[in-house]
Amino acid sequence: MSSTTVDHAHDHSHGHGHDDHHGAPHGWRRWLFATNHKDIGTLYLWFSFTMFLMGGVLALMIRTELFQPGLQFFNPEFFNQLTTMHGLMMVFGAIMPAFVGFANWMIPLQIGASDMAFARMNNFSFWLLPPAAILLAGSFFVPGGAPAAGWTIYAPLSTQMGMGMDMGIFALHIMGASSIMGSINIITTILNMRAPGMTLMKMPMFCWTWLITAYLLIAVMPVLAGAITMTLTDRHFGTTFFNAAGGGDPVMFQHIFWFFGHPEVYIMILPAFGIVSHVVPTFARKPLFGYASMVYATSSIAILSFIVWAHHMFTTGMPVTAQLFFMYATMLIAVPTGVKVFNWIATMWRGSMTFETPMLFAVGFIFVFTMGGFTGLILAVTPIDIQMQDTYYVVAHFHYVLVAGSLFAMFSGFYYWAPKWTGHMYNETSGKIHFWASIITFNITFFPMHFLGLAGMPRRIADYPAQFTDFNQIATIGAFGFGLSQVYFLFFVIIPTIRGGKQAEAKPWDGAEGLEWTVPSPAPFHTFEEPPEVK
Amino acid sequence: MKLAKRLQSLMLGVSLMAAAASTWAVPDIDGGPAVNEITFQKPVTQIADQIYSLHNMMMIICLVIFVAVFGVMFYSIFKHRKSAGHKAATFHESTTVEILWTIVPFIIVIAMALPATRTVVAMKDTSDADLTIKVTGMQWKWGYQYLDGDAKGVNFLSQLATPRDQINETAAKGDNYLLEVDNEVVVPVNKKVRLVLTANDVIHSWTIQRFGVKQDAIPGFVRDTWFKAEQIGTYRGQCVELCGKEHAFMPIVVKVVSDADFKAWADGKQKELAAQADDPNKTWTIDELKQRGEKVFNTNCAACHQTNGKGVPGSFPALDGSPVVNGPKADQINVVLNGRNGKMPAWKGVLSPTEIAAAITYTRNSWSNKAAENIVQPAEVVAASK
Repeated sequence: MSSTTVDHAHDHSHGHGHDDHHGAPHGWRRWLFATNHKDIGTLYLWFSFTMFLMGGVLALMIRTELFQPGLQFFNPEFFNQLTTMHGLMMVFGAIMPAFVGFANWMIPLQIGASDMAFARMNNFSFWLLPPAAILLAGSFFVPGGAPAAGWTIYAPLSTQMGMGMDMGIFALHIMGASSIMGSINIITTILNMRAPGMTLMKMPMFCWTWLITAYLLIAVMPVLAGAITMTLTDRHFGTTFFNAAGGGDPVMFQHIFWFFGHPEVYIMILPAFGIVSHVVPTFARKPLFGYASMVYATSSIAILSFIVWAHHMFTTGMPVTAQLFFMYATMLIAVPTGVKVFNWIATMWRGSMTFETPMLFAVGFIFVFTMGGFTGLILAVTPIDIQMQDTYYVVAHFHYVLVAGSLFAMFSGFYYWAPKWTGHMYNETSGKIHFWASIITFNITFFPMHFLGLAGMPRRIADYPAQFTDFNQIATIGAFGFGLSQVYFLFFVIIPTIRGGKQAEAKPWDGAEGLEWTVPSPAPFHTFEEPPEVK
Repeated sequence: MKLAKRLQSLMLGVSLMAAAASTWAVPDIDGGPAVNEITFQKPVTQIADQIYSLHNMMMIICLVIFVAVFGVMFYSIFKHRKSAGHKAATFHESTTVEILWTIVPFIIVIAMALPATRTVVAMKDTSDADLTIKVTGMQWKWGYQYLDGDAKGVNFLSQLATPRDQINETAAKGDNYLLEVDNEVVVPVNKKVRLVLTANDVIHSWTIQRFGVKQDAIPGFVRDTWFKAEQIGTYRGQCVELCGKEHAFMPIVVKVVSDADFKAWADGKQKELAAQADDPNKTWTIDELKQRGEKVFNTNCAACHQTNGKGVPGSFPALDGSPVVNGPKADQINVVLNGRNGKMPAWKGVLSPTEIAAAITYTRNSWSNKAAENIVQPAEVVAASK
């Protein structure tokens, strides 16, 4: 074994006769009754990848319709269902559960805990997701079709929909409950189950970012639940929360939604920051620059995220003081985010870098995510935002931060930790093909959308003026390339790595640090039954 | 191998499709986006001009920072790599540097926001307008009503003029595809025009990019915004808040004309309206009502209930064979006037009593419908509205 700060090495590989009933169960029982954090992590990751592919197919259907002006394939009602469901599936079905999957796998391994704090609740929070996904996907097949009011389900459009909207609302309720339980589990695990000697300020960055994310989730998921419950009662029980005729206000929905929605975007990016903060030091062979400032920057982002929500609503008409407040508050978020980027680059500076696939995705993340950060800064300026609100510029912006941000960081995390999960090294050439194909086709897809938005093309339209044709065609071609790259990832990276490949060492990366590398690869079913000592 | 070949032929197919599609030459149009425009459309108001400059300033600052930061990163990537024999340093902290790169960005972002503040304040100042127009967003058209000035009282609906067969690919597309309306809003040049916006059903959003104006129209509430166009011309925009299935098909067109032309237009429009105003006490024959009603139905009702009256199953109910349409007329008058379930809009005040009576009469005598009470006179609608 490689040099390590821990002295317990791999005592568990000798079996553990003292607790027979803890042996790995087999067959479907292993998954349905799973209480092991690694199995549940695997379930989360497969679930989210499935949703990612489904959401991706919807995206390709959108791009197919938008290849040319005019309606060729889908009618506008169905088109609106596609955009809505693409958003809901990607946000709630793909990105959020995927990060919970990473958390389940890695947090106990990184803090030297034997499992998550609440193993059975962990099982429940995963198994809530498939019914939610079935409700969501099943809504396509009910009269009136799936929700078609955009993933933001603004009232009163959402009160007009058929029963698909109710299914969507229930799905969100269930996913919200799952997220809250997951967060409670993560917070409890991190706060109570760290190995002796691991103080909070010695904790790996991924755990730090997830700890903060979990607090954000607990704070805002109930807010979303409130908004959609009010929508539900407006739809069926004669309340008028969002109906002016009964004393309500449609804009109030937006305030409540974005009070959830803006922290939500940080929920989807903070764990990504955590992953990148492990990958960059590993491949630069140099400790993370400014660990403490990373922690403070993450906390500042989380706190600021609660006071910027109305920048999504500049065009609803609000007092000039409110516009100015939300503009300045939003601009401020650029400061801690900038600190993070500078810290990563300072970590790379004068390192001894190699560029295996995890590092490629991490560097690609920093480069492309920062472009999304800059367009975010531009959008924060109220007058410019008013000009760009609800155009493709916004679509480009949030795909730069969510695809090139969250998704690329997760790819980076996959390549980084897959040896620990599967016990096999992925094929480096396949990984590099996946990276270059993804980053090139990503930019072909989304870069032209900046131009479309600047020129004024509204988002969520099934048909567009012919002046926008060329950039839409480029975007569509790029989107198919990006989709194929992910199919390649499944068939040429994930499956081969699970099935076989070079045996991975306990610590396959010579620059890696952390407790997860002190256990063998693949990580045995039970790890850290005796807590390691951190010096 | 097999997969690789398939991939090749697929890519070939896609590029051929692209080539075929781009052979159709699209012109730039007046007041709309240029072909392959890569920045904002040319501004015609001071506000839009300020936004244009703000964006240019932001772009330049961001580009400079981007190049500087990633210049450092890529220098590091090329110089500090293991394959180049670089040995890793061990530093991992520097309080000075950290404070510096917190304070400097802080100053930069505040400096970015300061010039925008002036524009924010100016955009919100709707006082001292020369002309006020009420704008009502509806699924899926815009209603305009001139509240004061030469055109006081003028009101009309404005909806997409692009024929359906162009959208459905059965006819060649016109130059102004999706950016043309039947009734344009006409305003005088160099006059401060205040818009007060509301909506009938769901949230819509009114924008003309060249004016630097975008304001949501919110049902049950009134919001206002303003513009002062400095160039005569026609300017185009589209509804930018998702408002249901025809969201892509409710454009906005504003014609900015000289003062004299505006007066002439207002005069003509007022006379036209006076001539068209129907006396709600007139008694119509059933054929007159049916004929008028078909037009009213096709422009206002067919988007949901369809021209064949069959509706869209699950979303929009069929009128053909509907018990309400074939039953007592009072019920149907009530539904049309006041709406139902938040889905069927209330038409009271949107359409005239004559138009409502005509549309109802038309539905009661069309398709397979043979209602016993087969005619509704405008006077009955007036009575029911009270």
